[in-house]
Amino acid sequence: MSAEPFLIGERMVGGYGGSTILNGCTIAVNRGEIAVIVGPNGAGKSTAMKAVFGMLNLREGSVRLGGKDITHLSPQDRVPEGMAFVPQNNNVFAGMTVRENLEMGAYLRRDGVEETMEQVFHLFPILREKAGQNAGELSGGQRQQVAVGRALMTKPSVLMLDEPTAGVSPIVMDELFDRIIEIRRTGIAILMVEQNARQALEIADKGYVLVTGENRFTDTGAALLANPEVRRSFLGG
Amino acid sequence: MSASLRGPVLFALMATALAFVGFYQSWSLSLAILNLCLISAIMALGVNVQWGYAGLFNVGTMGFAAIGGVAAVLVSAAPVGEAWAAGGWGLFLSLLAVIATIVAIVLIRAKMPKGRARGFAVAAAILVGYTLARWAFDPAVDAIEAVDPALSGYLGGLGLPITVSWAVGGLMAAGVAWVIGKIALGLRSDYLAIATLGISEIIVFIAKNEDWMTRGVKNVTGLPRPVPYEVDLQQAPWFLERVAAWGLDPVEASSIYVKLSYALLFAAVLLALLWLSEKALNSPWGRMMRSIRDNEAAAEAMGKDVTARRLQTFILGSAICGIAGAMLTTLDGQFTPGTYNPLRFTFLIWVMVIVGGSGNNWGSVLGGFLIWFVWIQAEPAGRWMMDVMTMGFGEENPFRLHMIESAAYMRFVLMGLILLVALRFAPKGLIPERTKLGA
Amino acid sequence: MTDILNAIIVFANFVLVPGAAYGAQLALGALGITLVYGVLRFSNFAHGDTMAFGAMVTVLVTWWMQGHGVSLGVLPTALLALPFGVAATALFVLATDRVVYRFYRRQRSAPVIFVIVSVGVMFIMNGVVRFIIGPDDQDFADGARFIVSARDFRDMTGLDEGLAIKSTALLTIVVALVVMAALFWFLQKTRMGKAMRAYADNEDLALLSGVNPDRVVMVAWILVAALATVAGVLYGLDKTFKPFTYFQLLLPMFAAAIVGGIGNPVGAILGGFVIAYSEVAVTYAYKRFLGHLLPESLAPESLVQLLGTEYKFAVSFIILVVVLLIRPTGILRGKTI
Repeated sequence: MSAEPFLIGERMVGGYGGSTILNGCTIAVNRGEIAVIVGPNGAGKSTAMKAVFGMLNLREGSVRLGGKDITHLSPQDRVPEGMAFVPQNNNVFAGMTVRENLEMGAYLRRDGVEETMEQVFHLFPILREKAGQNAGELSGGQRQQVAVGRALMTKPSVLMLDEPTAGVSPIVMDELFDRIIEIRRTGIAILMVEQNARQALEIADKGYVLVTGENRFTDTGAALLANPEVRRSFLGG
Repeated sequence: MSASLRGPVLFALMATALAFVGFYQSWSLSLAILNLCLISAIMALGVNVQWGYAGLFNVGTMGFAAIGGVAAVLVSAAPVGEAWAAGGWGLFLSLLAVIATIVAIVLIRAKMPKGRARGFAVAAAILVGYTLARWAFDPAVDAIEAVDPALSGYLGGLGLPITVSWAVGGLMAAGVAWVIGKIALGLRSDYLAIATLGISEIIVFIAKNEDWMTRGVKNVTGLPRPVPYEVDLQQAPWFLERVAAWGLDPVEASSIYVKLSYALLFAAVLLALLWLSEKALNSPWGRMMRSIRDNEAAAEAMGKDVTARRLQTFILGSAICGIAGAMLTTLDGQFTPGTYNPLRFTFLIWVMVIVGGSGNNWGSVLGGFLIWFVWIQAEPAGRWMMDVMTMGFGEENPFRLHMIESAAYMRFVLMGLILLVALRFAPKGLIPERTKLGA
Repeated sequence: MTDILNAIIVFANFVLVPGAAYGAQLALGALGITLVYGVLRFSNFAHGDTMAFGAMVTVLVTWWMQGHGVSLGVLPTALLALPFGVAATALFVLATDRVVYRFYRRQRSAPVIFVIVSVGVMFIMNGVVRFIIGPDDQDFADGARFIVSARDFRDMTGLDEGLAIKSTALLTIVVALVVMAALFWFLQKTRMGKAMRAYADNEDLALLSGVNPDRVVMVAWILVAALATVAGVLYGLDKTFKPFTYFQLLLPMFAAAIVGGIGNPVGAILGGFVIAYSEVAVTYAYKRFLGHLLPESLAPESLVQLLGTEYKFAVSFIILVVVLLIRPTGILRGKTI
């Protein structure tokens, strides 16, 4: 790799309290790319993602965005820097309408948000239909769309998704992955953690297989899918 | 200071403070404070059983203390035969109507299928039962309250020794706690607080307004004492001889003798309850309670019946408050429903527990002593301070007069500050809970 | 026919009108409680005393204005003094937040710790109010007493029964409506209001959206101070200003907030009126009402009162318990703003 990636969490070491979950793993993604973190349960996938977003204090290593060191920024301060995070659970304002959810996404922006909202509605047409409904009344898949839509409203340069397909049906999952590919086309860097490793790697430009907080395999999604060892150990044959 | 010495030293300081009052103000005052310290300590113990053992936020202490007071009246006041003759039957009929209604509701719920018809049947039963009960109750109450209203106008009590009422007060409080606990313990903690706050207000309203039972705001005075009267002592030869031998003033000495007798009685109750509470805390039951408090989900997963355990603690703690309430009315010699005030009877007790050390029985007892002492002494101290501070103004200056007159309310502010400072800087209290790891 | 009209008038005079004013007062109080619960996530036991504090400052400023001959004509002077009460209460409440609550918020303490802390604040406010103005009733109402007096009404309509509408009752309802409309406009339409709802709904996600928690909390406290002061002043004008009654209002106000669905402002208003009307209706003596409706032979001799007025607080408590047992989330689902 010659040039520095757009977003990189390098040799990250850390954990909650006194524990160590990350043992020097490195995660990076470029604009217009999808990077996927996969691995067995307890490998530190979500933790690695949270570390990149600053929800975990690193003991070693650094996080850089567009060449700027952001290791010591709080998650809130990373939002204006162009990072958007979609948590796995509780990722919508259940008591607010879909439109209000999107507006909250654009809370920090002082310019007109209508255009971005149009783009989100274009990407997720169902949200336009449900714009006046409370997000808490929507189905699981629709909620995920609201959550991603809310994150896109900040006009981020990096979109981070923590298990976006957890608990949704396979059809909805395919649909969501299609949308994520569409988002990639706009030049956003996408970093996600996925339980459904095989499907996720199919759309991934880059894949990270983590085991006990370390990089076990790093390659393109297609190469990882083709790697017999990865298939045997992590993709169920 | 090592943890094991901390408790004894603090108690010794407390005793010194009381002795100071004895030397510099008067022994009679010192003993009066001590007696209320003892009762406060018992109430704090009751709250600690609920909060410290099980994490239950009960702000209904006032209600349970009032129940104890009612028990003192019902047990020890002289029965009013005339009132019983006038309204006894009516009350009995009314009670029958209530029981019949409850039986009817239980039967309806058991026999009829669930649905709208059953709802209507229950509502009808309540309506009919209520009408019947009121039909018997209202004239009976009027008749009772008409019996010599200036002196009695109520049913009176059983005329038993007043110490019996301590146990009865505990039992009555336990009964009420059982009903409240059944309803409210499943709720989240702040709802329990509001429910207990409400029920305690209602209990006091009942005591204030059901004149046939408690004489209401007309108060029941002259309750019998478990200890001799000062006037009798002052005429008793054996007492006068003893006093003369010691060279004391008989009036002062009789007052001290009476207060000391109360103090011994109260201390005996406190020590007994404290011993039982410590036993309970260190038993398997107590360990289970604390494990539920610290991690409810885990305890539940291990198959503990959390709600049932909580109910037990709630009943126990409330019963202790009921006992204390009965003792307080005993000490006063009268039952005055108008004086029950939630700041004094509920929230002050909470300050005692938090400051003393929640989860530690000795801590709450110390908190009871300390906070009561401060509460009592803050009033004269505040007045004195205001007096000094406004010295520069004229004797009749309205500002000065207002400040001195209002000084008493500063002790509310003081209590609030003590509570906040304790929570912030010593959240474990003066004598912290002994943890599993040691100490 | 006139009997029916008379019955309606009696009912309106003793139940409908007083219930509406009382309901509006409870609703304003419950709104404050629900706002603290939604944004700061605890049951504020100091709310009654916050109302007393705000009302006290307003009373003092009103007296000062009256002493200087300031008057609003038929309207009570207290309306002019109200902004001063709101400002003083807001400062007091913000100071408590800064000195007391903020520490526990940063610690992310359990809600029950916040409740105990609010008890400490309650003690202090309680003492301060009594220290300044004393524990007794204070009169600060002026302006016109009645919009319609019972006698005028009788003369106008020729009915036996009169309908008296106190000006404070109407004022309560009008002011409450204005305040509620402003609150809902704020919460629904403004950027800050939406941020507050978002923060109450999902704190973490609100932070991820760039909401500044300190500002939300500050604005919430100012709103709470304003609601509490307005509620306290209206109650004082309509009934009487006495510090202890505000503490006693805590129970019906909490009942209103919980019955409506705690954290839900619409629920708080609904709950306020449910509680108020239940209290008034259950403790009202229906003798005269029934006397007009029933033939003379059936007219009741007793008062036909379900519960004595002394037990009005028991009514709110019973409703609270019933709702908690049947539908613990309240009539409208609670826990959001």
